[in-house]
Amino acid sequence: MTTKNIMIVGVGGQGSVLASKLLGHLLTARGYDVKVSEVHGMSQRGGSVVTYVRYGGKVYSPVIDKGQADFIVSFELLEAARCLSYLAPGGQIVTSTQQIDPMPVLTGVMDYPENLLDEIRKSGAKVDALDCLKLAETAGSPKAVNLVLLGRLSHYFTDIPQEAWQEAITACVPAKFADLNRKAFELGRNA
Amino acid sequence: MKQLMQGNTAAARGLYEAGCSFASSYPGTPSTEITEEIAKYDEIYSEWAPNEKVAMEAAFGASLAGKRSFCGMKHVGLNVAADPLFTVSYTGVNAGMVICVADDAGMHSSQNEQDSRHYARAAKLPMLEPSDSQEALDFFRRAYDISEEYDCPVIVKMCTRIAHSQSLVETGERKEAPARPYVKDIAKYVMMPGNAIKRHPVVEERMRRLQDFAEVSDINRVENGTDQSAGIITSSTCYQYVKEALGDKYPVLKLGMIWPMPDRKIREFAGTVGRVVIVEELDGFIEEHCRALGLRCEGKSLFGCLGELSQNVIAEKLGLATPSGLKLDDSVKIPARPPMMCAGCPHRGLFFTLNQAGCTVLGDIGCYTLGAVAPLSAMEMTLCMGASVSALHGFSKAGGKNVVAVIGDSTFMHSGMTGLANIAYNQSKGVVIILDNSITGMTGHQQNPTTGLNIKGDPAGKIDLESLCRAMGFERVRVVDPYNLKECADAVKEELAADEPSVIISRRPCALLKYVKHNPPLKVDGTKCVGCKSCMKIGCPALSMKGGKAHVDATLCVGCGVCEQRCRFGAFVSTAKEGE
Repeated sequence: MTTKNIMIVGVGGQGSVLASKLLGHLLTARGYDVKVSEVHGMSQRGGSVVTYVRYGGKVYSPVIDKGQADFIVSFELLEAARCLSYLAPGGQIVTSTQQIDPMPVLTGVMDYPENLLDEIRKSGAKVDALDCLKLAETAGSPKAVNLVLLGRLSHYFTDIPQEAWQEAITACVPAKFADLNRKAFELGRNA
Repeated sequence: MKQLMQGNTAAARGLYEAGCSFASSYPGTPSTEITEEIAKYDEIYSEWAPNEKVAMEAAFGASLAGKRSFCGMKHVGLNVAADPLFTVSYTGVNAGMVICVADDAGMHSSQNEQDSRHYARAAKLPMLEPSDSQEALDFFRRAYDISEEYDCPVIVKMCTRIAHSQSLVETGERKEAPARPYVKDIAKYVMMPGNAIKRHPVVEERMRRLQDFAEVSDINRVENGTDQSAGIITSSTCYQYVKEALGDKYPVLKLGMIWPMPDRKIREFAGTVGRVVIVEELDGFIEEHCRALGLRCEGKSLFGCLGELSQNVIAEKLGLATPSGLKLDDSVKIPARPPMMCAGCPHRGLFFTLNQAGCTVLGDIGCYTLGAVAPLSAMEMTLCMGASVSALHGFSKAGGKNVVAVIGDSTFMHSGMTGLANIAYNQSKGVVIILDNSITGMTGHQQNPTTGLNIKGDPAGKIDLESLCRAMGFERVRVVDPYNLKECADAVKEELAADEPSVIISRRPCALLKYVKHNPPLKVDGTKCVGCKSCMKIGCPALSMKGGKAHVDATLCVGCGVCEQRCRFGAFVSTAKEGE
């Protein structure tokens, strides 16, 4: 099969590491060739973070290039907008509607763009936006946004059965948080 | 079963399987995780050294004593360790010795994007370059055999995309390497002129033999293509970009050993294809070598020497179509999201103090380099590890006034002490501020000689910074709490006015350390906040203006109280008493 590309974008500290770990586990267990790529170090200090997840028959490049992402999974609206050029024609954005002001906005040098969700849609992108923070809090912790997003993403992977996702959650999440994360996953999937 | 493994983890696995039993490194992105992963193997002694030169010399000592050894570092770390590197090339090794250097094309977390391949040529040492996690494991394992067979350390060069990407890996078992007895050999190991003169020809002969190895080894391989009109020579992550962009279209010569290069193999390959295209990041290292062989080739004229390449760049430069992504309306401006100091970062209060003091701030390498970013904007120079202290001396001697150096605890141990010795010895004025957050922060919390813990988190020796500075001859050494703005301001003012050099230790542990207990978040009393934005000058990510009033993000705030000290109206109140 041709390589499929999932980009996970957000702000440092939002939980994208677990999301990519879970996807990596899930896709490896399905027998795909998989590459997951992220950048550590200075960019993690509250800056934009991007993780690439690629899978298929044979994956070469560890990175996703412009116009290649089949999915953009976004923890924050501005970060979804920032990565729009990476979305493949016909690609799908799954995003949290959360907005986190970056430093230029905090200091008043720039404004957080108005009606950003509408602007992203105007570009022609297919956007599935939901209040993941609220759903995560309903599940029991604001930190479970990553599982809400993955639950929503799972909705688009019709060829991967529910049990496979559940197995990945069991394998990647500490046992004491498993129930909370399962609940967050379900809330996202059925939102 | 194959497992998904980060390149650095796979590198550690390769070292483990090869029977490595000694590792000494200094953390540096993107190399850090190799040694962190090694620390999980009980069979390997591992440590964080104060700097890369110490790490390399320690690894050499272990090799001399008969144990397979390792040291790892980022590209700029190899500059620090360049001194032993060039001469260990002459002495050779006893047991195998492997050096990892990890480059950072694109400067994701570095102050330059130097191309470390030049070191292999300059120091006359073999260098391997893996292109994914499996090769990282295999190459690190193989490096020991090469090291022992050719009696030299072997450098394995990683890059950000290999170090920090995960791909599938098949692991093997550890094979213990029997200790090689140490044998006294003054002619081989004492590099004074009379001996070194005799070792240089040995080095040249070794490189000739290594070139023969490069010609026949499967580490350099040709992959066939369907179109001989062009052929690609490449290595490392660029190989993956080439295959992604071109598939099996053109034949590829993939170099796993980047130095010495297989001249005959390169010539033969070039003879079978029309156009020779060299795909490599940063400098034209392979390209220059091919030109020296008299080959016509293209490389840097197509791809340039800046930053990272990618599949699209390669496709585009070779005339293939590339996909285009979607874009927002031009009227929508997307603000950048640069990294910033965390909420509760102990560096913030100190940098705010320096901003207000209006002094010149010479900086150093670490999280606190973010002190240069608005709104704090309180750093005017950053060069390399330790340069703040050394440059302070030169700046002062040249007549510069009202100047301080800021350097972290780990960076001070790495390269700041020698600069401080120069100030003490050659007597210049100026204030050295050691930002002691009790950890190596930027690379993800590694211990260092001032923390009292070793790489495994067990109790270790602890260097006392105050005693150290006093022992060097500094009479004025004082400790401040960076959460206390007045204390910081008084200290900076007094020490700048002093007639002799001084050291201020700004001490508070990194807010992200697990053992640090935080205060409850603050909140804003809307009846008191007048919207003056005075608190916004500290650049805290937990603070924003909402409806003309300051607002605290309770999920980020750790109650450090720095904003509270800025507010003349007492608008910040603790949430601690809520619910009582």
